[in-house]
Amino acid sequence: MSDASVYGLMAEFDSPQELLDAAHKAHTAGYKKIDAYSPFPIEGLADAIGFHKNYVPLVTLIGGIIGGLSGYALQYYVHVISYPLNIGGRPFHSWPSFIIVTFEMTILFGGLAAVFGMLALNGLPQPYHPVFNVAEFAKASENKFFLVVDASDPHYDAADTRAFLKGLGPRAISEVPS
Amino acid sequence: MATQTQIPAADQRPPVIESGHTFSTIGEKVSNIVLRRPISLGWVLGFLVMFSGMNMLLFALTYLFIKGTGIWGINIPVGWGFAIINFVWWIGIGHAGTLISAILCLLRQTWRNSINRFAEAMTLFAVACAGVFPLVHTGRPWLAYWMFPYPNTMNYWPQFRSPLIWDVFAVSTYFTISLVFWFVGLIPDFASMRDRAEHPVTRGVYGILAMGWRGSARHWHRYETAYLLLAGLATPLVLSVHTVVSFDFSISIVPGWHTTIFPPYFVAGAIYSGFAMVLCLAIPIRAIYGLQDFITMRHLENSGKVMLATGLIVGYGYFIEGFMGWYSGNKFDSFLLWNRLHGPYAFWYWSLLATNILIPQVLWLKKFRTSTFWLWVISFVVLIGMWLERFVIIVVSLQRDFLNSSWGMYYPTKWDYMTFAGTIGMFLTAIWLFVRILPMVSISELRTLLPEAHVKEAEEVTK
Repeated sequence: MSDASVYGLMAEFDSPQELLDAAHKAHTAGYKKIDAYSPFPIEGLADAIGFHKNYVPLVTLIGGIIGGLSGYALQYYVHVISYPLNIGGRPFHSWPSFIIVTFEMTILFGGLAAVFGMLALNGLPQPYHPVFNVAEFAKASENKFFLVVDASDPHYDAADTRAFLKGLGPRAISEVPS
Repeated sequence: MATQTQIPAADQRPPVIESGHTFSTIGEKVSNIVLRRPISLGWVLGFLVMFSGMNMLLFALTYLFIKGTGIWGINIPVGWGFAIINFVWWIGIGHAGTLISAILCLLRQTWRNSINRFAEAMTLFAVACAGVFPLVHTGRPWLAYWMFPYPNTMNYWPQFRSPLIWDVFAVSTYFTISLVFWFVGLIPDFASMRDRAEHPVTRGVYGILAMGWRGSARHWHRYETAYLLLAGLATPLVLSVHTVVSFDFSISIVPGWHTTIFPPYFVAGAIYSGFAMVLCLAIPIRAIYGLQDFITMRHLENSGKVMLATGLIVGYGYFIEGFMGWYSGNKFDSFLLWNRLHGPYAFWYWSLLATNILIPQVLWLKKFRTSTFWLWVISFVVLIGMWLERFVIIVVSLQRDFLNSSWGMYYPTKWDYMTFAGTIGMFLTAIWLFVRILPMVSISELRTLLPEAHVKEAEEVTK
């Protein structure tokens, strides 16, 4: 369907609204392997390209639960099993004193899970990506907005897709070498 | 679009971002400070001064490691001197950064977008300065790793019932979470810097830090979720940190320490001093680097209002301390109150009331809240006041406790002063480097404040 030297087609837009509309149209036209690039988060853009599965909250929750449980288990192990020590007549399992470290460990693991989970799910760090082969893409972190249709999309056809993108009124269209 | 750009007539406040900016001028203005602006003589001279301060810290610490904590003024009964005062002071200053970045983020106070990066950097550096003190105060800092639970041949574990171990966990968690929060916020800006850098080495360094960020909608979506979750986690964390610091005192039985008002009063004081430090740094930096468009009078005035509010909570704390000294009928508590008002350190207690409670009341007047000069002066006064507060809490409570025969005085030595001044040097050295190495205002978050960044729902458009 497509040759291996092409990653996809990239359309460049001037405003977030144009990109959002274009992304929405491309998705409704049946293109599923598309991605949109912008210098700042745009509300609704992920929805427009059909991205709904966000596992970051789940990863964070799991991280937080693991942190809390392991924090409490550590203190229980230390003060009840490994080295029981009578401090001012308190019970070995003096749980009110264990709450703070449990809480801090929950936050620590939850926070680290959120950050590293987000990076891992995003596939970062990623030393190479074809979109950077297009010189204009440097503006993606400044004031330009890009829509990329992946060449591996079943609907992709070099000529048809280009014509479709042209119909969205972009500023420019360029081919992304892989 | 036109309706969005119009400012409602009722809103007479200064804008969060001055008009006339576009997506690219924001990026240019912020990144040019790092990438294009030549290093000025003033910066170099300032850096030399601050760096000498940092070296004084290294000198004082080296001598401390050789001789031990006997070089300080601490002794029985005042075993907690400058080191703990400075620790609490510094960590309190850090709290404003997290408050601005996390709590104001959850409350959707978008004006925070232009000062959060800067305030978070301040948090990190302040917590780093704070961390120095308990570490060296242990007396044998090379054994500090004993505070962490790890299996060892001594068959030894930390004591998790001790507030000092809670502090280890709270402060190290706070530093770690503040660091990743700050770094996550920086990733899209590293990408902006990478794309704007001209020199290949600069481009390479920012490129590595950006980790291949390309602004994909999928990435932004996960990124925003992670950022929001971090804000949600950091909010209870920041409240817990100073609460745990106050537990170091309130779990004990010393008069003036053993009180339930400590946690909220410490947290309020922390935010109070933190905002004072934000203003002390932001006012000169915005003038020097021409950031008045992004850090507007609105930000300064809002910070002034936060200071006023938290300062009143602190004032309430002082009032309750005094009230309980009388109302409890406990002779040790009432003696503590008398000792504060009339004892050998009475001058410092009255100075504390003047600097922390009396003088900042001028912030009720708009004239003072909107004058950069007066805001700076008041912030500086508050920083002194908050340091005095910790001095009074620690030294005045310890110097005369239950037994007259064990009363004593506390006199800090030159090493105490050198260590304290040295951490200020270390803090400012880090700030000095920060403003020239990293974008000090969040470029991507600032862009979302522009009216052009707001979009209508895709569904509405296609209908």
